[in-house]
Amino acid sequence: MEAVGKGVDSASERVEEIVGELRRSFTERRTVGYEWRVAQLKAILRMIEEREADFMAALYSDLSKPQMEAFLHEISLVRAACELLLKELKHWMKPQKVPTKITTFPSSACIVSEPLGVVLVISPWNYPFLLSLEPVIGAIAAGNAVVLKPSEVAPAMSALFAKVFPEYLDNSSIRVVEGGASETTVLLEQKWDKIFFTGNPKIGRIIMTAAAKNLTPVVLELGGKAPVVVDSNCDLKVAAKRIVVGKWGCNNGQACVSPDYIITTKSFALQLVNALKNTLEAFYGKDPLESKDLSRIVNSNHFERLTRLLDEVEVSDKVVHGGQRNKELLFIAPTLLLDPPLDSLIMQEEIFGPLLPILTVDKVEDSFDIINTGTKPLAAYLFTKNKKLQKKFVMTTSTGAILINDIALQIANPNLPFGGVGESGMGSYHGKFSFDAFSHKKGVLVRGFGGEARARYPPYTPMKQKLLRNLLNGSIVALILALMGWPWRE
Amino acid sequence: MHCIKQGVVLGNGVVEEKMELVELEEHLQDVRETFKSGKTRSFSWRRRQLEGLLEFLHDKEKDIFKALKQDLGKHQVEAFRDEVGVLIKSVNFALSNLKKWMSPQKVHVPLSFFPASAEVLPEPLGVVLIFSSWNFPIGLALEPLIGAISAGNAMVLKTSELAPASSNLIANSIPMYLDNKAVKVIEGGQNVGEQLLEHKWDKIFFTGSERIGRIVMMKAAKHLTPVVLELGGKCPAIVDNLSNLRDRKVAVRRIVGGKWGPCCGQACIGIDYLLVEEKFAPILIDLLKSTIKRFYVDSDNISRIVNKQHFQRLCDLLNEPSVKSSIVFGGSSDYETLKVEPTILINPPLEALIMTEEIFGPLLIEFITERPKPLAIYAFTNDENLKQRIIAETSSGSITFNDTMIQYVCDGLPFGGVGLSGIGNYHGKFSFDAFSHGKAVLRRSFLIEFVCRLSCPPLWTSIEYSTTRSPSLRLLLRRRLHRDLTSSVMGDNVKEIKKEEEKPKTEPVAVVVESSPVLQPPEKPLPGDCCGSGCVRCVWDVYYEELEAYNKSLALVSSDAKKQ
Repeated sequence: MEAVGKGVDSASERVEEIVGELRRSFTERRTVGYEWRVAQLKAILRMIEEREADFMAALYSDLSKPQMEAFLHEISLVRAACELLLKELKHWMKPQKVPTKITTFPSSACIVSEPLGVVLVISPWNYPFLLSLEPVIGAIAAGNAVVLKPSEVAPAMSALFAKVFPEYLDNSSIRVVEGGASETTVLLEQKWDKIFFTGNPKIGRIIMTAAAKNLTPVVLELGGKAPVVVDSNCDLKVAAKRIVVGKWGCNNGQACVSPDYIITTKSFALQLVNALKNTLEAFYGKDPLESKDLSRIVNSNHFERLTRLLDEVEVSDKVVHGGQRNKELLFIAPTLLLDPPLDSLIMQEEIFGPLLPILTVDKVEDSFDIINTGTKPLAAYLFTKNKKLQKKFVMTTSTGAILINDIALQIANPNLPFGGVGESGMGSYHGKFSFDAFSHKKGVLVRGFGGEARARYPPYTPMKQKLLRNLLNGSIVALILALMGWPWRE
Repeated sequence: MHCIKQGVVLGNGVVEEKMELVELEEHLQDVRETFKSGKTRSFSWRRRQLEGLLEFLHDKEKDIFKALKQDLGKHQVEAFRDEVGVLIKSVNFALSNLKKWMSPQKVHVPLSFFPASAEVLPEPLGVVLIFSSWNFPIGLALEPLIGAISAGNAMVLKTSELAPASSNLIANSIPMYLDNKAVKVIEGGQNVGEQLLEHKWDKIFFTGSERIGRIVMMKAAKHLTPVVLELGGKCPAIVDNLSNLRDRKVAVRRIVGGKWGPCCGQACIGIDYLLVEEKFAPILIDLLKSTIKRFYVDSDNISRIVNKQHFQRLCDLLNEPSVKSSIVFGGSSDYETLKVEPTILINPPLEALIMTEEIFGPLLIEFITERPKPLAIYAFTNDENLKQRIIAETSSGSITFNDTMIQYVCDGLPFGGVGLSGIGNYHGKFSFDAFSHGKAVLRRSFLIEFVCRLSCPPLWTSIEYSTTRSPSLRLLLRRRLHRDLTSSVMGDNVKEIKKEEEKPKTEPVAVVVESSPVLQPPEKPLPGDCCGSGCVRCVWDVYYEELEAYNKSLALVSSDAKKQ
């Protein structure tokens, strides 16, 4: 419905019109009230309930995502997020009282969460449902007007959003703008009050540069090479299952939190590879190309990119499992590589696909150095029973999140902030953090006309300085003197 | 000495500038290595630096006053009130809270993750860059520094060249009080600033103008560096028709103190214009006049304008003919001492560069919301309705009722702008957070494999989608995901692990287990398994319930055995 026309001029006019309309609706304070927010969140829940089959179908058409995976990793998570917000919203919207110090006595202070205004959400193709709706519901919960720009690389979902949003949500304040790079450029020329972007660091830079022109704050959810360290002191069977499901069971490796490479000790590598092989076979059968439980590669560009990674000299002979591909179906089987060179493309770029290199080190602690020489990833995983090693891992690696003895589960805990650091992004969301990401925390200080400290005012005297010194140090005597209006002579 | 003297741009030519750049690189290399070594992360390092700052403020107080007098003509009471005193308070606050801020914050874990624990661990960002401004050359340089130190970062502070004496003082003294391998002060003008922005930082903290703010953010985008921008904006003060004479007097005193007190109006949260109802205006102006006369008997009590350019800018504002005609008080200026007399204008044209307006009632809120969001809004009123309306309907960095400026010293409140008045905030705990990354840490054990078992692929195909749509199965799925997990879902994995871990159990138990493998003692949670956030069904609750059930059945089994 909101599909933007082909020509850039008409696109830009159309976008301007939409943003203008949203801004009007925000200035009229339509979106600010608790009732509006709740109504919209409930409408989203209803939309999910009634259109679930359509969303599943879109996910299948874009990524041939297995239905079970779509339900567990996208639909149920959005629903849980919505339900949490509905439950907690009233509580979060209340001004938060903060203690005031003696220095400003008598006074009371609170922090008021206010909506930012009109915000833009740009979502990616790999979880086109989850990563579009999760930020949108955060923005709605905080009382903003929202434009969602879904990824054109997942066309079915994008079209579906454009179709169903107007049916369920307040069209004057929540809109979908479809399109590719040129539409995004037009969108970025507008003035926003926040831009929420999920995608890769290259586009992240472009977004932030465009945002700087209007001093718009940004949340950037980017990716990075998420390492998995596997210590020999772990339950290998469970670890292998969790790694396999976390890597190939999450959109066939095309997820920002999916494991990018494994580091393990030389002596343990063989056991690990065998365990992974067995698990892969148990899960996806002897011929993974036949499996119905794996997503495909999103498009031919990405297919080409992945095969390039795989076919590099000195890399192609490191494949120890898998490697089958089918160009027509855009399918690559789960592939394990053992010790590809560190300067190869596969170890330099974020893989974002079903390839999993395994690096070996002499001591498990050496893996920390490998992790710390690269850019900061969105997540790092460790499998070990050794509590000391766990502690050291947590303290020495800098990443968005750390998960011990499992993969990707951190995204399902709404009490943890989800977001990167350094090259993996800035800002965080999920649960209360989503609400905060789209709110401005306004400090409000209320004073009465009583308690007038004359010492603050000129003409300045040494006595006043002395009193101020004590007052700022929190002295009660000074406070009493100040409140009595000392020094009296002016 | 770890400061770089600013080269005289006109005289000394290119050679010296190049030297500077090489030196700059070396300094940056130095701080990066210091951060990498990890020494800035320790609690003791952070505490030592904060104590060093306190010492600096204590030892060099006289010098600070002198520098501020020289740069801005600030009276020393003003200098203490707005800069030194506030800093001492902030350092003390950070010192007393540091340990608490640094400790990881436990968060609740949904039961479907059981057994697991989760926390948010603050970690330093790395090497940060701080730009300070000239209007509070000591306060606005060291206040963010406190945050950066508390959070355990290494940092470079670029002081403002427009306040040369203060800049010099900081550059020369700070290295003697703080770890000069981790905290560098770099002096210099625009070209040094530009050079610094070319490098990769982990955070840039900038205080200054909107125009430069945009440039800083654009440069930061190249390296995906997060920014805090503390900008300004025209801060309005609303004065309601105060009926009580005392209230009026207090309000006026606070306005005059807040406008001309801090650095002669050259403050980002200074009042920019007053909004007054027309009939109340003459009363207010009379009061303002008399208060100004009483306060500023001596020109020593008021700061001067920072430099000739700014002085000229202000004079130009005043000399615009339509503006000039609206002056009702003051308006004189002295080029020699760069002092401008407190000046009141009434109803200048709105399109002019400067403005004051008398409007009120419903128009007032519209008047404010039509303009860019300011850093602060002040309102003097006893009307609770008006207060609520201002809070709800206007947007600004902060709101202060019945006073000016003091929100700056309130550690519990975030200080920062919104929209054109800035991005991000600081002060107190917020400073610590501004320079930290909250790392999410989730710990699971290998014990219970159930979400995973449920979501493992072979199951996916066995449950057809059509069946997931059937209410009963969906209920089951949701139950499985969200139920509080008790012993019933212990799968094969758990049993395997249990067999491994049974060996060290005490003798009698082991015997029983061997004789009847069905009966197994519950697994005792490890000390780290409880998240400590007081879950309704804690890991320990589950354990003790299971233990009780186990003991009961054990008793049953043994009595059966006796009978036999």
